[in-house]
Amino acid sequence: MNDEVMIRLENVSYEYKSYVDDSIQTAVNDVSLEIKKGEFLCILGHNGSGKSTMAKMMNGLLFPTSGQVTVMGINTRDEDKIWDIRSKAGMVFQNPDNQIVATIVEEDVAFGPENLGLPPGEIRRRVDEALEIVEMSEYKKHAPHLLSGGQKQRVAIAGILAMNPDCIIFDEPTAMLDPNGRIEVMGTIKKLNEVEGKTIVLITHYMEETVDADRIIVMNKGEIALQGTPREVFSQVDKVKGLGLDVPQVTELVYELRKEGINIKYDVLSVEELVDIL
Amino acid sequence: MLKDITIGQYFPGDSIVHKLDPRIKIIIIGLFIASLFLIDSFLPYIFIVLFIGTVIKVAKLPLKFILKGIKPLVFIIMITLAINIFMTKGEVLFYIGPLTVSKEGLYTAAFMALRLIFLITGTSLLTLTTSPIALTDGIEKLLNPFKRLGLPAHELAMMMTIALRFIPTLLEETDKIMKAQMARGADFESGNILNRAKNLIPLLVPLFINAFRRADELATAMEARCYRGGENRTRLNELRLKKTDIVVMTSMIIYFALIVSTRYIDL
Repeated sequence: MNDEVMIRLENVSYEYKSYVDDSIQTAVNDVSLEIKKGEFLCILGHNGSGKSTMAKMMNGLLFPTSGQVTVMGINTRDEDKIWDIRSKAGMVFQNPDNQIVATIVEEDVAFGPENLGLPPGEIRRRVDEALEIVEMSEYKKHAPHLLSGGQKQRVAIAGILAMNPDCIIFDEPTAMLDPNGRIEVMGTIKKLNEVEGKTIVLITHYMEETVDADRIIVMNKGEIALQGTPREVFSQVDKVKGLGLDVPQVTELVYELRKEGINIKYDVLSVEELVDIL
Repeated sequence: MLKDITIGQYFPGDSIVHKLDPRIKIIIIGLFIASLFLIDSFLPYIFIVLFIGTVIKVAKLPLKFILKGIKPLVFIIMITLAINIFMTKGEVLFYIGPLTVSKEGLYTAAFMALRLIFLITGTSLLTLTTSPIALTDGIEKLLNPFKRLGLPAHELAMMMTIALRFIPTLLEETDKIMKAQMARGADFESGNILNRAKNLIPLLVPLFINAFRRADELATAMEARCYRGGENRTRLNELRLKKTDIVVMTSMIIYFALIVSTRYIDL
């Protein structure tokens, strides 16, 4: 990780009109945030906390009502450069079925680079490389609807990777997957950060997925409620629970043990760690 | 039950027919259809059969597949036969009740029925040997010249691709909704037509709502992947005419020209 800023949000707010009664709703309220190059950032929050809206503003799918969003120094409002921003900050969505365009895996992965107007030889190289990284090379001639949820989501990730982005924003990528698919996809995300050096913004409401992050941001009612490393955030068990979120089981167990007067350090994140201490 | 539907069924293989440029194949099928309608006697049918036979042999298509394609159209063929037999006037051979059967009637009926069968088998050869993606690519490229007249060639091809992509997804979803509704006592299989149609409402409403939601999400995902229409877009597999394509094309043009020319020769 270095000091170069990948995405910067300056006093960003997002308001929209309610369908029900025309009242103005605030999804994101005056948030300032810097995401560094190579960082693994998790944004946590329960439904309606504004985390998805924030993600969509990071690659110009939505524009802030007030404030500025810049991606690698480019303002997302700059219409001429919107495609630069979208190819630099790729986005993976919740439902893998609804982001796969083509009827063959490799054709789908090629969709992004095709849109960028790259020569066929270069597209071929990128498609093969992207499928290699997500470990789906052997399925490249398959039809996507015959794959499992985790496999489909990895194809979707390959589709973004093939555009060669510096940053990938994941909008609840595991919410519709079974436990196995969740493990597969989380493995891929960690690999992208550690091996490929991509900046990762992971939006989720599963606490367990945030354990390996560099930094966690907890959103509540459109504002940043808590911020820090996983250890710092999870040690504040009461506060996290107050925001309607669960802490990882291990952390909760430690918390309960401490409440009963057993003196162990509070910031335990994994089962192995706790076993060692006990 | 819904799994049986196969649209534009494709029979994978890597014969010379499969590898032929889809544009060439579409044009050849066009020529085939045109000549089929220009033929006016039985004799040139030999060449049509020869053409179909050769393609089946070279592409190694199982005959069962071809016959399966004709099956759903047997009814239409029967009607064509009946209409032609009884409606054509001419030298009367015999009577069935109030209907007359003429020599000319039998002749045209047989001729028309054969034309219909050849038409179906000929066109199914195209879908059997061309993958849906290659087919849409070919259509897009062939329609390209009409872009200047305002024809949205790329958009049409993209819509076809997405439709093909979502057929299995939506079928799966229909199955799921049906089972969910049946578990709550819905009945899709009894009653008269009107009742059955009414019973489909609880199936169609969620299906449509979901389809719209999917469309919205897909559009966002496509935009996030820099999709901005057909302009400046390149392709992973560009269509390029090879020498075999040109050879096959030229020989086919000559072949069909010969077939059509039989029209003007007294045999």
